[in-house]
Amino acid sequence: MSLTSDPPIDKTTSGAPARPAVDYGALKVVPVRHPWRWAAIAATAVLLTQFAHGFITNTGWEWGVFADYFTADVIIKAVWVTLQLTFYGTALGFALGIVLAFMRLSASRFLRAVSFGYIWAFRSIPLIVQLLFWFNLAYLYKKLQFGIPFGPGFFSFDTMGLVGAMSAAVLGLALHQAAYAAEIVRGGVLAVDSGQLEAAAALGIPRLRQIRRIVLPQAMRSILPNAANEVISLFKGTSIVSVMAIGELFYQVQVIYGRNGRVVPLLMVATVWYVLLTSALSVLQHYVERHYAKGTTR
Amino acid sequence: MSTPMVDVKAVHKSFGTLEVLRGIDLEVRAGEVTVVLGPSGSGKSTLLRTINHLEKVDSGWISVDGALVGYRSSGDKLYELREREVLKQRTQIGFVFQNFNLFPHLTVLENIAEAPLSALGRPRKETLDNARRLLDRVGLADKADAYPKQLSGGQQQRVAIARALALEPKLLLFDEPTSALDPELVGEVLDVIKDLALQGTTMIVVTHEIGFAREVADTVVFMDEGRIVEQGAPGDVLDAPRHERTKAFLSKVL
Repeated sequence: MSLTSDPPIDKTTSGAPARPAVDYGALKVVPVRHPWRWAAIAATAVLLTQFAHGFITNTGWEWGVFADYFTADVIIKAVWVTLQLTFYGTALGFALGIVLAFMRLSASRFLRAVSFGYIWAFRSIPLIVQLLFWFNLAYLYKKLQFGIPFGPGFFSFDTMGLVGAMSAAVLGLALHQAAYAAEIVRGGVLAVDSGQLEAAAALGIPRLRQIRRIVLPQAMRSILPNAANEVISLFKGTSIVSVMAIGELFYQVQVIYGRNGRVVPLLMVATVWYVLLTSALSVLQHYVERHYAKGTTR
Repeated sequence: MSTPMVDVKAVHKSFGTLEVLRGIDLEVRAGEVTVVLGPSGSGKSTLLRTINHLEKVDSGWISVDGALVGYRSSGDKLYELREREVLKQRTQIGFVFQNFNLFPHLTVLENIAEAPLSALGRPRKETLDNARRLLDRVGLADKADAYPKQLSGGQQQRVAIARALALEPKLLLFDEPTSALDPELVGEVLDVIKDLALQGTTMIVVTHEIGFAREVADTVVFMDEGRIVEQGAPGDVLDAPRHERTKAFLSKVL
């Protein structure tokens, strides 16, 4: 750093000897020292090294067993089931969530109340309890029938056959997800400046097009970070489905270590898969967010 | 005399207990420029917003080019129009907002082309060519692919005007088009509006720019507390106001 003007010279005290003018710009700058920062760095580094050392040298991790199972067919299949549960849960959950969000934003008090009631109920019931309800649906309703409400029916299904374990799981995850998705979408829509809808209305743009072309793309900016959280948490949440004996990742790992007793390395197999796929989702999130950031920067 | 382009009759409008419009009668003939002046809260913007049915009136009625706004009369009843029909009516009434309200995620060209494409179903090629012509007309031919945030306020408002013109409306409504602009950008927007006036576009302009009113208006309307206090040629209303309220207002802004 250099000073742009000469230091002030005191001219009033003419009798005193004039101080020599100093060019501060030519002096060496001594930065402030931070000894405690260095102490903290040293302590943290020691702890990290200890942790890494234990991780590598502790034979309890059984990295050999880990390597055997990590890409085993049964595990890959289980990962695939987990991904399917996540995909269907997210897709159906957000589809229903968007409907619920617009119901809650509607001018009709009835639609608002129904949407609020749904969100209230499904946020209040623990996912695991809800999943077990769906799994036991056949106990409550023996047959599902399509037809005139309260009138004659056209087709009917056995609930037992219709709601298999997998569809019960997808249904449970999606209905649960919809409650959260609805609030996220509603938040995103509310974050769009009301002038945008007004301008679209003033231009005579059709109602659906106003939503699809003007409101939702802008709402996506605030929806996406929260939605990504939800997808990731649903992805990991699929492990709850193991209570229904569905062959997803966590269930399969439990089955294997129940047989061979190698609990720790098999938990690591599941952990590493969850971490890898979550990272992939985070990367995807980055690109999707960049797409919807069009026009926001100079 | 032929029917006026805009006919406002005995319009009342309240927000809750606040009566914003207390019986407005106004006629605007085709090809004329009407400038509406008045202190804030006098109901100018609300009046403008009732003309394209962004606000529903509580009583009275409005017609644009002979057609009732927001209603259809049949027998001894007025039927409220469906939203789709209201939207269709609005394509004939351009509206320019104080805050521009451009769509920030669309380019300038997409902003202008959106309504002709989706509301009127015009062919794409023709619409884009027309959008470029309009951009040229407001002096922004080189900004077609820019996003609104990359433009100055004055440029954004000129794009908003081009966007309104793209529907080839019978009537243009301006709601304080220069109030959100830095002072040095006001001129470029007013120049575009003046140019439209010279070409015989029917316009209602709510503004605080007295100089603009004097130069461009065929009729100046002064509003206060939800009523039209006086109206007439700019020379009369601005230079020889008859009403005390008008005098007081003008003495403050001139």
